[in-house]
Amino acid sequence: MKRNSATIFIATALAVFLLGMFFGLLAAAQYVMPGLWRDTLPFTKLRPLHVSMVVFWLLLGASGCVYYFLGTEKLLKRRTRKWILLHYGLVCFVAVGSAIAYFSGNFGGREYWEFPPYLAIPLVLAWVVFLGVFWRSVYGTMKRWPVYYWMWLTGIVFFIFSLAESYLWLLPYFGDDLVRDMAVQWKSYGAIVGSWNQLIYGAAFFLMAKISGDNSFAFSRKTYFFWFLGLTNLMFNWGHHIYALPVSPYIKHTAYLISMTELLIFGKILWEWKRSVSEMRQFFYQMPYRFLAAADVWIFLNLGVAILMSIPALNLHTHGTHVTVAHAMGTTIGINSMILLALAFYIFGQVFGALSPKNMMKAKVGYWLSNGSLLVFWLALMGAGLTNAWYQWYEPEMPHALLMQKLVPFFAVFIFAGIFLFIGFALIVFPLLQQFFSGKKADTETKNIPPFEILEPSKKQAYANEYA
Amino acid sequence: MPERNFSYHRFIYTLLGVGFLVFSGFVYTQAVPENNHVISPKAVAGKMLWQQHNCSSCHQLYGLGGYLGPDLTNTLSTKGKGKNYAAAIMKNGTQVMPNFHLNDTEIEALLAFLEQADKSGNNRVHSYEIGLDGTITSEGETRK
Ligand code: HEC
Repeated sequence: MKRNSATIFIATALAVFLLGMFFGLLAAAQYVMPGLWRDTLPFTKLRPLHVSMVVFWLLLGASGCVYYFLGTEKLLKRRTRKWILLHYGLVCFVAVGSAIAYFSGNFGGREYWEFPPYLAIPLVLAWVVFLGVFWRSVYGTMKRWPVYYWMWLTGIVFFIFSLAESYLWLLPYFGDDLVRDMAVQWKSYGAIVGSWNQLIYGAAFFLMAKISGDNSFAFSRKTYFFWFLGLTNLMFNWGHHIYALPVSPYIKHTAYLISMTELLIFGKILWEWKRSVSEMRQFFYQMPYRFLAAADVWIFLNLGVAILMSIPALNLHTHGTHVTVAHAMGTTIGINSMILLALAFYIFGQVFGALSPKNMMKAKVGYWLSNGSLLVFWLALMGAGLTNAWYQWYEPEMPHALLMQKLVPFFAVFIFAGIFLFIGFALIVFPLLQQFFSGKKADTETKNIPPFEILEPSKKQAYANEYA
Repeated sequence: MPERNFSYHRFIYTLLGVGFLVFSGFVYTQAVPENNHVISPKAVAGKMLWQQHNCSSCHQLYGLGGYLGPDLTNTLSTKGKGKNYAAAIMKNGTQVMPNFHLNDTEIEALLAFLEQADKSGNNRVHSYEIGLDGTITSEGETRK
């Protein structure tokens, strides 16, 4: 197999990832140096550049993985190739278009993923194409779907629905009323995040099946139970973003109640901890597995924080502080990005063969550097947020400029860690990109087995594609 | 019984989907407290300016938005601040906040928008009532 559309998606995503982090660093610099580039490259431009590029990393990366896996299961029909490229072209068009819009000061002005509304049209179209290709590939192929097919379908449909919903503000009924607008906005953005999570987690499940050679969990009752629980949260728990907003208490109570069901997921992780550790010993030498293991730890940390933050009485204090930022960074970097990197390593390994020993070394250093600095980064944001919450409660009269000054030490650590985070990820991403550009073919053809539950042990070995 | 399993999954999936749509309808129609209904065209224009200049990259309303500047939900009714103060800052910018070169009509529109925000509720931490069950109640919810 040579460069195919899936790897083109993923390589583009990796490049966009570095770009997004770079803009993030520039934006963060304005925290410690107030007024830096205030009129040339203001925060109003850097923030959306950072946010959008990182979101496009997740979207492009996740789509590429879905296409790759559909391809390995021999489900992608030849005719869909040009549609896949259309999907790719439309997303790139929106990514470039939005960057141009920000640079020229043309904003959507919505919190937090914003671009001028007309760019949402090609993006929705891209996902309609995605849906078409996905549906043509999987419909009627089997009686029972593994859970990741459900997840991908959900992720695609939810993205279309929620992105469209986030533009309801264009109608005066929604847009003219601040409170209604904000409620609908956060409903839609909660679900958009959930939608890419569905794509990414689904791909992670697939990868775990491949690594362990056992896909039976993708059909098990327990997996379905937890997936439905997650889906319920995606649909109904977004209200925890707007506890402060004067909307109907029903919305908030629903969110509170549903959010607490995540304790079950949290408990499951704790329960299975011992097994995960022994599994980790077995597979840790594989790069993809290693990144999944890191994501696991980050899921644990961030889910814990998320559950606490979903209690309104605690949310009252942490809301609007950097605790929220810590959570957002922890999930997009620690969970989503680690999973996507695991997938990139796996897929590129299958397509282009193993990394050279030197590049492998770089990637391993990058792995530890990025995870270590992410922890410092995360703790610094938590520290800033909690300090902010403390002053907000005990010294509500404190002027904003003074409050920001008190937080500067945290921001300094945050930026310092951010620089190392960037270096760490660059060490991981460059070898992958190099592999892509060299376009070398993998030595061995991979074996393909269709997505039925595998019961015979002999077939399990064939299902697992080892890549160390 | 694989087939039965599939339709069982489909059933739960459909149920959740329908529940979600009903909930969406509820949010679209019920989200707003009674006191938020009167909207002036000026405030609407102000909201558009707020978006055009991406004020929310630095400022929050109800704790939602960027983190570089203060939350502006209740600036206009805060002791020692108010309209003139806000207008002066919007006119000139600060060390951190850029000068957007807004004219007087635009500043008035933005003030009308901030006034709408201010009237819609009270976002100061101390204004919420904390329940024993962990819930919080804002003035905006109880006011009819
Ligand atoms: C680059 C970040 C940034 C942007 C963008 C920005 N502001 Fe500000 N703004 C600030 C900061 C920081 C302060 C606090 C003043 C200070 O300490 O320097 C502030 C203060 C204010 C205040 C006074 C609030 C108070 O409680 O003291 C108002 C009103 C205001 N801004 C309105 C706006 C409007 C309207 C826009 C969009 C047209 C906007 N700002 C865009 C950073 C920003």
